[in-house]
Amino acid sequence: MKTFATMLGAAAVLLASGSAALSARTDLVVGVVLEPPHLDPTAGAAAAIDEIVYANVFEGLTRIGPSGEVEPALAESWEVSDDGLTYTFKLREGVTFHDGTTFEAADVKFSLDRARAEDSTNAQKVLFSAIESVEAFDPTTVKITLRHPQGALPYNLGWGDAVIVAPESADANKEKPIGTGPFKFDNWAKGSSVTISKYADYWGEPVALEKAEFRFIPDAAASVPALLSGDVHTFPNLQAGDALPQIEADPRFEVVIGATEGETILATNNGKAPFDNLMVRQAIAHALDRDEIILGASAGNGVPIGSHFSPANAANIDLTDTYPHDVEKAKALLAEAGYPDGFSATLKLPPPPYARQGGEIVASQLREIGIELEIIPVEWAQWLEQVFTNKDYDLTIVSHTEPNDINIYAREGYYFNYDNPAFDAVMEELGATSDPAKRKELFGTAQRILAEDAVNGFLFQLPKTGVWDAKLEGMWENTPIQANDLTKVRWVE
Amino acid sequence: MTAYLAKRLAVGLATLFVASLVVFSVLEILPGDPARIMLGMNASPEALDALRSQMGLDRPVVLRYLDWLTGMATGDFGRSYTYSSPVVELVAERVAVSLPLAVMALTLSTAIAIPVGIFAAARRGRLSDTLAMGAAQVGVAIPNFWFAMLLVYVFAVGFRLLPAGGFPGWGEGWGGLWQGFKALLLPAVSLALPQAAILARVTRSAMLEVLGEDYIRTARAKGLPRRAVLWRHALRNALIPVLTILGLQFAFLLAGTIIIENVFYLPGLGRLIFQAISQRDLIVVEGVVMLLVASIIVVNLLVDICYAVADPRLRTGR
Repeated sequence: MKTFATMLGAAAVLLASGSAALSARTDLVVGVVLEPPHLDPTAGAAAAIDEIVYANVFEGLTRIGPSGEVEPALAESWEVSDDGLTYTFKLREGVTFHDGTTFEAADVKFSLDRARAEDSTNAQKVLFSAIESVEAFDPTTVKITLRHPQGALPYNLGWGDAVIVAPESADANKEKPIGTGPFKFDNWAKGSSVTISKYADYWGEPVALEKAEFRFIPDAAASVPALLSGDVHTFPNLQAGDALPQIEADPRFEVVIGATEGETILATNNGKAPFDNLMVRQAIAHALDRDEIILGASAGNGVPIGSHFSPANAANIDLTDTYPHDVEKAKALLAEAGYPDGFSATLKLPPPPYARQGGEIVASQLREIGIELEIIPVEWAQWLEQVFTNKDYDLTIVSHTEPNDINIYAREGYYFNYDNPAFDAVMEELGATSDPAKRKELFGTAQRILAEDAVNGFLFQLPKTGVWDAKLEGMWENTPIQANDLTKVRWVE
Repeated sequence: MTAYLAKRLAVGLATLFVASLVVFSVLEILPGDPARIMLGMNASPEALDALRSQMGLDRPVVLRYLDWLTGMATGDFGRSYTYSSPVVELVAERVAVSLPLAVMALTLSTAIAIPVGIFAAARRGRLSDTLAMGAAQVGVAIPNFWFAMLLVYVFAVGFRLLPAGGFPGWGEGWGGLWQGFKALLLPAVSLALPQAAILARVTRSAMLEVLGEDYIRTARAKGLPRRAVLWRHALRNALIPVLTILGLQFAFLLAGTIIIENVFYLPGLGRLIFQAISQRDLIVVEGVVMLLVASIIVVNLLVDICYAVADPRLRTGR
């Protein structure tokens, strides 16, 4: 039996090395946790959609690069008028959709008008809220007129929700996406995988891969053997948990802990007593020990945050010391607020491990200052209904994964029930500002207001555990936007 | 025989109708708005309303139930909220995995269990019986997902003989068929083992009961060889409890395999229904549950027919 096993092993090694020695591979299998509901990024919020099609199949006028910066995509360049109200985009020539039709200004107008329309089901309509009109000036020039200046427009147009689609194929994109990207869609075996392949007539630099398959592996325990057996070459975000050290020790793989745009927060119902009392919220902030929470909720990976902002963002300021961990001070504040003996409340926890495990630790930390939390596990559907829509909650733990989403605190009726005219004013000013230095300053002010108001318990930035075959290069380390961009990925020997 | 079947069929149809009522009303009271789940946290109220009316969710409950019922009667199970493709297509894709898997597992478990059960019964009390039943005990006790992981580590990670999971589809020609078969082999083995263990024990005890009967002694006394007595006289009479268990196991294998489907990330029926429930894709849940109810009714009907074949007394209703 033993010799038999050795022989089999040797045969497998021979086969594997034999094929690899001929030439660099051009196929790739990417393991992802969630299967998207459909493949049209302009008609759904699911990150799983963008994680397949963004930058690979679909492109927008602009795109977001690996470190979060705005890069030109279908628009070669753009100009802003002096009053900040008119953007003129110069489009690339020689671009075709995967069905062979030509890309031109009319497609841009169609796509943006479709996304903004009354009956549109675009999940991020707010991205386009400032747009007054879109005009196809000539086939390679598009003029966008705004209602009010919006400095973030080029960034907004880089989202997956703003990709350019063709009128001929837009309605079928959910099942058969047709974009302008370097990969074209091949096949979707429901429940199993999506396959894309190189688009020969791509306008830009051709990709190194001929074929890529996104394989859906929802079970964390199944992803490790899939990687070890070589069935899957990379997990852009592996949920390995305890098995991670084993993979880190294996020279066949590269493990990179990057950052996501996910601010993990102890969301607090600011509209409900006693959480409407600033001192109570400050007491909670003092009671939280972020390092301990990160250790328990995310195996020690994750950067502490002091406000609702990504530490990877250039405009981030470190506010983690606004209310440092101090149990005595927390107790004093609670007493001053009129709760010397503490109080009890509920903590609703959605399914992800960061919430369920983090929740246990948060509950024990708050118990130290006399706040007794009843933990209520909920599934996502219940969470969306009870917490997010009906605001029927005291505390909850959730990660807000949309990039640059500090503006949600200015939204009326948002589930935090936070209302601060001063903050709203900063957001309004930010919306009308396009000067980068001024924008950075305003972002700082906004972060500081949220931190000082202790709107929510700001915990940590959700990490991204990227694992890939050591012979692969070009994978993204961070996820400044929900995407698995394969355009620069290649096998090297 | 005809009257017997007609009665069974009528009971089956009534069960289907009651099931449709229960399924529809249970899902109706389940919390969670499908539109909200599809569009996510930052969706605007207008986008939500637009989607709800697109999906027909703004219409009265009774109307939706009647539509659904008449739709099903004509083979139209509606369109999935999340995948926006017809439920029939979705289910058909999943059945192409689940049905072959169930058949493979059942074939495997029967092929192992029945001979082992007969063998153990024939050698009751001897060492070989003790060993066989001991093995069966272990088979019942081992959790199938753990056994599945073990198989993956040995045959996929260690020897790299079989894929660690996934399903490439049935493909074209013999090559494609072989790929599909290879992908289902480990899952089928991990499903078959505990089933075989139970089946072997049931076969053994049913055989033992029969072997104690007078007619077996008569058969032996008139000079029939042991083997003929075992396979012709004893097995046939011991089949009724074995068939009952087989029927139950097949029904389980069709949709109760979600854990194994997860370990091997197979796109089967179990995972479809699990996904659909968590995404509140109610129309898919309803369709799949009705299909499962129907298939369980059909399996039971087949088992009833097998009873009648195995035991002539049931045919005449005496």
